[in-house]
Amino acid sequence: MAAGTAVKPMTAELAEETAAREFARVVESHRPQIFRFLLASTRDLDLAETLTQECFLKAHRNWGRFRGESSAMTWLMRIAINLQKDHWRNRRMQFWRHTRANAVDPDEASEWLPSGERTAEQQMLARERVQQVWKAMESLSERQRTVFLLRYVEDQELSEIAGSTGLSEGTVKAHLSRAVGKVRAELKGNS
Amino acid sequence: MPGPESGSKSGAKTGSNPGLSVDPVLEQALSQFRQSVHAWSEAVYSRPRTPVQAARSAWRLAVGWALGCVLLAGGVSGIAYEHHHRQVLARLALQARQAQQRRAAQQRADEDLLATVDSDVSREVPAAMEPLAQLMDEDTAQ
Repeated sequence: MAAGTAVKPMTAELAEETAAREFARVVESHRPQIFRFLLASTRDLDLAETLTQECFLKAHRNWGRFRGESSAMTWLMRIAINLQKDHWRNRRMQFWRHTRANAVDPDEASEWLPSGERTAEQQMLARERVQQVWKAMESLSERQRTVFLLRYVEDQELSEIAGSTGLSEGTVKAHLSRAVGKVRAELKGNS
Repeated sequence: MPGPESGSKSGAKTGSNPGLSVDPVLEQALSQFRQSVHAWSEAVYSRPRTPVQAARSAWRLAVGWALGCVLLAGGVSGIAYEHHHRQVLARLALQARQAQQRRAAQQRADEDLLATVDSDVSREVPAAMEPLAQLMDEDTAQ
């Protein structure tokens, strides 16, 4: 018999436990980002929370099938984007409901100021700019908005955005360019 | 969760977009927007959660079900009432028709009986009283 400890084969129970631990770690590290993206995308607190929960529920169900070809964040973001799309599609079908009933308007959303601005004037200017970006966001298509948020709020690289949205990098760039153009026009129009 | 102060990374990246020229004003606006969203998200994410929404949803669901059941019950009882009402009307119409038919038959039977009685009871006046009978007929005619 060979000396040393024998390597025990991984039992199904142990594998399950490891997967559960890994998933818990993923939830802990990525939940705030997914929530933030959904909040910025919908401007609806309740909806963002619900979709975030659904996203992680779906991820948990399919965790065994996640093969790590992309990063967990990209995978989760893809689920979140699809859930959001499904939500708006279903909402369109339910035409009797008032769409965006709980959504916060751009003025309210821009109340949250960046921390760097110290003087009242700087704060006012910053608020105005943030408000203009929110306003420009309203004129973006769903895809443009998603790409824009992933790039400028979530700091994702073009390749990551392409992975999350299922678009090619060229298409992502085109959407991003149009989105930035609209934001620029909004800023110039009000300056 | 990254805080609002982590906006420096974005500022560096926005300027390095391949094919996307971002002027300083836009870059600053995007950076401020990013920080604002991060601050908002952080504030609402870390707030204490209450199961208000779930309770409200459950309440709405219950009300929806109750309303649905009431509407369904109303619809079903309305249809049942309408059906019953039509049946009653049809029965009454049938009864009325039958009564009318019975009355008509009775009337015919009475007339027949009267005719029979008339024919049975009536008899010819003896020849000696014929002139008198004729006179009575004339009086009745006048």
